[in-house]
Amino acid sequence: MVNIVDRRLNPKDKSLANRQRFIRRAKRQILDAVRDISARRKVTEVGQKEESIRIPSDGLQEPAFHKTSNGGTRHHVVPGNKEYRAGDTIPRPEGGGGGSGGSPDGEGEDEFQFSVRRDEFLDLFFENLELPKLARTQLSTVEQEGIQRAGFSVSGSPASLNLTRTMRNSLSRRLALRRPKRDEILALDREIDRLERSGKEPQRLRALVQEREALTRRSRLIPYIDPIDLRYNRFVPTPRPISQAVMFCLMDVSGSMTEDMKDLAKRFFMLLYLFLERRYRHVDLVFIRHTHIAQEVDEDTFFYSRETGGTLVSPALDEMERVVRERYAPGEWNIYAAQASDGDNTPSNTPLTLQTMDGTILPLCRYFAYIEVAQERDWGGETVLWQAYERLVAAGHPMAMRKVHHRADIFPVFQDLFTPVLRRA
Amino acid sequence: MTRSLEADARLLYTGPDWDYRRVRKAFDAIERIAIEEMGLNPYPSQVEVISSEQMLDAYASMGMPLFYRHWSFGKHFARDEMLYRKGMTGLAYEIVINSNPCLCYIMEENTMTMQTLVMAHAAFGHGHFFRNNQLFQTWTDADSILDYLGFAKRYLSECEERYGADAVERVLDAAHALMSHGVHRYPRRSPLNLRREMERERERQRFEEQNFSDLWRTLPRRESDGEASDPDLDARRRSLGLPEENLLYFLEKRAPRLAHWQREILRIVRIVAQYFYPQRQTKVMNEGCATTVHYAIMNRLHETGQINDGAFLEFLHNHTNVVFQPGFDDPRFSGINPYALGFGILQDLKRICEVPTDEDRNWFPDIAGNRDALGTWKTAWAEYRDESFILQFLSPRLMREWRLFSILDDADERELVVEAIHDESGFRQVRKALAAQYDLARHEPDIQVVDVDLAGDRRLQLEHRVLDGRLLDAQSTRMVLRHLANLWGYPVRLVETDAHGDRVLHTHDDVMPDGGLL
Repeated sequence: MVNIVDRRLNPKDKSLANRQRFIRRAKRQILDAVRDISARRKVTEVGQKEESIRIPSDGLQEPAFHKTSNGGTRHHVVPGNKEYRAGDTIPRPEGGGGGSGGSPDGEGEDEFQFSVRRDEFLDLFFENLELPKLARTQLSTVEQEGIQRAGFSVSGSPASLNLTRTMRNSLSRRLALRRPKRDEILALDREIDRLERSGKEPQRLRALVQEREALTRRSRLIPYIDPIDLRYNRFVPTPRPISQAVMFCLMDVSGSMTEDMKDLAKRFFMLLYLFLERRYRHVDLVFIRHTHIAQEVDEDTFFYSRETGGTLVSPALDEMERVVRERYAPGEWNIYAAQASDGDNTPSNTPLTLQTMDGTILPLCRYFAYIEVAQERDWGGETVLWQAYERLVAAGHPMAMRKVHHRADIFPVFQDLFTPVLRRA
Repeated sequence: MTRSLEADARLLYTGPDWDYRRVRKAFDAIERIAIEEMGLNPYPSQVEVISSEQMLDAYASMGMPLFYRHWSFGKHFARDEMLYRKGMTGLAYEIVINSNPCLCYIMEENTMTMQTLVMAHAAFGHGHFFRNNQLFQTWTDADSILDYLGFAKRYLSECEERYGADAVERVLDAAHALMSHGVHRYPRRSPLNLRREMERERERQRFEEQNFSDLWRTLPRRESDGEASDPDLDARRRSLGLPEENLLYFLEKRAPRLAHWQREILRIVRIVAQYFYPQRQTKVMNEGCATTVHYAIMNRLHETGQINDGAFLEFLHNHTNVVFQPGFDDPRFSGINPYALGFGILQDLKRICEVPTDEDRNWFPDIAGNRDALGTWKTAWAEYRDESFILQFLSPRLMREWRLFSILDDADERELVVEAIHDESGFRQVRKALAAQYDLARHEPDIQVVDVDLAGDRRLQLEHRVLDGRLLDAQSTRMVLRHLANLWGYPVRLVETDAHGDRVLHTHDDVMPDGGLL
């Protein structure tokens, strides 16, 4: 008697442990690949879906003794001869004898391709950053007053009248008190009418008329809807985490910003986006570029178009303030801002910039990050903007600033930037 | 009307859908044919229904239902999964495990006809082969393999807990690198007991006394003899059991610096390698046997009206796909299809047994026309492996049909040469060359431990006897030697010599252990 066993309900992912071991083993290569991908993708595309990644296979080979694929002699027996006779010669096929069905001696793979699931991808991304745990909770418990349904009440505003409940109460009361039904009264009316016309049975007519009056009185005494029937939906205010955030990316796009600098900025924005995206259900992105004028643009324009002009920072801040006022009420949105610049600002603009930051922007923001992507300078002295912002940071605003010179700096700086949040907590 | 009703009653199933009742009914019908009519002798089987995900899982751990954990299986899974998701490869219809009872996986997506085919193929075809082939009988223990793998998995996870996952991983990496050289190719002599030993000694003495001739003493000695019989070397070799080609065995028993649990891991890997060794030598025969069996059974089911014409056509469609062999110049060509070759030879064998031609009588005098195809098959399945099977049973007619020809690829020549084709003068050469393609001993480099420098720095000396002038791949060899040195604990040297061990062709640099294991 054969055993037939259904194994389909057995736990899946039997090889999960192996996969985790593999990912741990290939962590360095995978991280490199992940970073490489992050450079190629749009900010919002990163980590959206399964990523197919290709990693170099060093450290992942499974070496074994095997013979070289070149040198020596070998014999191949293959089917499908059409024209050859013994002794014929055949030109060597391109690619070292592979065409004649050479046995696959070598592994011959320099690269290894496979897909990473989205959560694995992001884990890798952030594991590397090693964000402090507290910073995460700090960010995720941001709360807002919300209202929530909490049963019914007998009083309330007409707008929150619960019709179903009210009518149910009304019906049961009417049944209990035997309020005359409309059909009954109508039937009685018809009968009275018929008797009146025929002029017969005057006694019965009189009795009917009396009954009709009693019914009318009764239905007047027992109202269709009584105030005691009324039920209202009850709402109670409850604290609720805000599950949406908006991230403002501000960038100086004047001629002094090179492509390299923009690339650094893009990476930084992307990290911040992913970071927020892991914590909020919904993250909006707003791109504001500025020269001496500022405007809100889409992502492609933001990163890839070139502008000329002077450099004024305050218009960008004003633009951000306008967007917030129009679309993102601070009570409903967690607002984050990241500004990237080479530190240029027309000196005369500095007081205005400071004033706008201090008075408008910083109170709006949960966090404001400024990164300066300047090339390393030999000559001392901080940039205009850096000097200005230093004063704000010193004043204890939710703000941080760092300098980034190389790609490699991005991750440490990002990590570093989020440490102040922890300390303030 | 009654006729068709009767016919319907005989049918095992209609339509594509399967359920347990039908699978069981089909299995019983197949079993009747396989056991009663064909006289096969498989292990009892257990049919397990799995999903495609689980099939991928099974792929990753060498097809075994349970296995120890290692990153390389995760790597294979990642690749298989991606290839499958992207539609670049399909999945196998079945996996069958050489165990007792024989585990036979069938996939839920398949139609009833496919399930029938798969059960005939796996449970009875492979099952019979596993149980009766002498290689499997010699080298594998179907009764205990699953228990052993369970033990291995437990043992390794205990080691991971006790010594750290990294330490275990390093030993496994090293052991896997040597896995292809961790098998015994020949049955080992069981140790002699003292009484037998003394008897043999007496016998040897008697023989020498009887054959004593003082003349031998007067013969001049050859120069080279002095070196070959270096008494030190001989004694050392004897005490270490050298030369030894099973590198994992040697390390497990002799490596001076391994901890007990590390030796046990080597042993586990070695036993797994040994378990799979017969499968690697019998790919053509195993698949040929299973394909032949399912072909016979499905035909029989159709003849006896147990499956209808539609199901039979579906079967034929799948069957022809399985045994399809494109020619060498076809874009679909990727080597010889073991299913096609095995099935082809066995069907041809049947023809030789039943309706032989003069050529067959000439080539196969002992079986031509013996009218016992089944018996001939069974003998072949029991006694041969791929290499000897092809050498013995590939007929001229099949070579002509397949238009097989042999090419010589000499790296020193500019062009490839067609050595032999499917004609009277070429049959034997083509057959020999094809058989050699399936000889693992020719494919895998012949590497042996030959000496250990016990008095000096304990260097381990390995020797590769080069065949056909094909040296080892330098890069991967270096990596394997590094693993080997780590296991041995002292330097390792590999010398490549010609087939007789006379001339050194290449010496690899000494590889030092990097201390990763200790």
